[in-house]
Amino acid sequence: MAVAPAAPAKADGIPPAIEFCGVDKRFPARGKAAEVLAVQNVNLLIRPGEVVSIIGPSGCGKSTLLNMGSGLAMPSAGEVRVAGETVTGPNSHVAFMLQKDLLMPWRTITENIEFGLEVRGVPAAERAAVSAQLLTQCHLAGFGANYPHQLSGGMRQRAALARTLAVDPLVLLMDEPFSALDAQTKMILQQDLAQTVAEQNKTVLFITHDLAEAAALSDRILVMSERPGTITEEIIVHMPSRENPMARRKNTELGNYVTRLMELLRLDAHSEVH
Amino acid sequence: MLVVFLLAWQFLPGWLGVPDFVLPNLTKTAAEAARIWANERLMWHAGITALEVVVGFVLGSLLGAMIGYALGFSPKVEAVLSPYLLALQIAPKVAFAPLFVMWLGYTVYPKILVAILIVFFPVLINVLSSMRTMDLDLINLARSFSATRFQIFRKVQYPTTLPALFSGLRIASTLAVIGVVVGELVGGNMGLGYLLVFFEGQGNTAGVFVVIGALTVIGIFAYYAVVLMEARVLHYLHTSSNRTA
Repeated sequence: MAVAPAAPAKADGIPPAIEFCGVDKRFPARGKAAEVLAVQNVNLLIRPGEVVSIIGPSGCGKSTLLNMGSGLAMPSAGEVRVAGETVTGPNSHVAFMLQKDLLMPWRTITENIEFGLEVRGVPAAERAAVSAQLLTQCHLAGFGANYPHQLSGGMRQRAALARTLAVDPLVLLMDEPFSALDAQTKMILQQDLAQTVAEQNKTVLFITHDLAEAAALSDRILVMSERPGTITEEIIVHMPSRENPMARRKNTELGNYVTRLMELLRLDAHSEVH
Repeated sequence: MLVVFLLAWQFLPGWLGVPDFVLPNLTKTAAEAARIWANERLMWHAGITALEVVVGFVLGSLLGAMIGYALGFSPKVEAVLSPYLLALQIAPKVAFAPLFVMWLGYTVYPKILVAILIVFFPVLINVLSSMRTMDLDLINLARSFSATRFQIFRKVQYPTTLPALFSGLRIASTLAVIGVVVGELVGGNMGLGYLLVFFEGQGNTAGVFVVIGALTVIGIFAYYAVVLMEARVLHYLHTSSNRTA
């Protein structure tokens, strides 16, 4: 496991689930392309059990943050800590989920869910127990023996969530996981996710373009600037019942949050498409 | 359709006055087939050819796949080797047949070598291009679960390349027959290619047709063997509706 010795815990004794300290990310110049400063001086701290969304204009480096969080990319400056340990590579505390379900077509749904455990050398019997439980939990009971192409987009994304949960990560890093789904499926999956996260007290860093989604799902929303991306604003969502985004969507306050986010992103009738 | 074709073959040459040395009709060809079967050991020659095809195909495919994966793993090595590979790919492989016969004599080995050389490229190119167009997110997913390089290959890259590998193998299965026959045409005293030259020398057109037929049969068997294997290995691409729970 590529994790350095633990950093000192915070005053309350519990280290933040995930923490970015003064993180820069540069992509070196390649051929004619000049060096790109993708994100600059990003500081954020997510406590265990929190759900935090990041929104920002396209190309502001949101996905770069996720890659650094999961240890797939290293910051050019600053450091990323997960559970108080500096991230130096992929580690067992984090698991990510993307817009693409990334299910392997040659594996059944059960085998896809078990993929992470299999890679980590968990014995088959133990894997089977985990996947059976997750199939039920993620409303996929009866589909374990199916192949991904036999499932709808929503169910495939459920399977992707189950695969992410199977390794029992401390932090879920999610990069627009529902953005390819139709509006209703999206709401159902958001509801599932919110309930699972609340029940299991997971920490989530959620990247999205959907302002209402951010407001419905999160404890806090971080707004990023254009490239080089940095966090310019933090909005604390005061609406109740984070475990029930459907209820939050019906809450009249939701509109206020969306309005505020639109202002921060300078979205108005004159906005250009980039 | 087949009946119409056979009837046309039987009667048209006679009606149109085509001489036997150009196009012998069905019954004459069939009679010649029976004669070759009995007197010229048709099955023995066909067996030799089939053996060479299978060995050449298997070895050439293995070699092509292995080098394809190796190059896919290391773009630097690929950059160094690709001009030579391209040159070798453009060179007509069958032109190597006389060389191999000079090196290895009138044995089965030069035929197998031609088959290996000709089979090698489509497999290599297909595997390599599939390795190059791999979904990086899928590899990152495996990496995020702390997969080793070997696990990433075994569990992600290799299965991803299978469809491309099999389309390479399909092409290779038909090319293997060509490679072997050219090898046999060049020199030797066994195999269907040798029979082809032998009957050509005799001016036995019917015999040549019989051998072409036998070669086609071997080619069909080789091709469908690959197709059958593909259907088994890539079953997840074909069973679309009949497995739904």
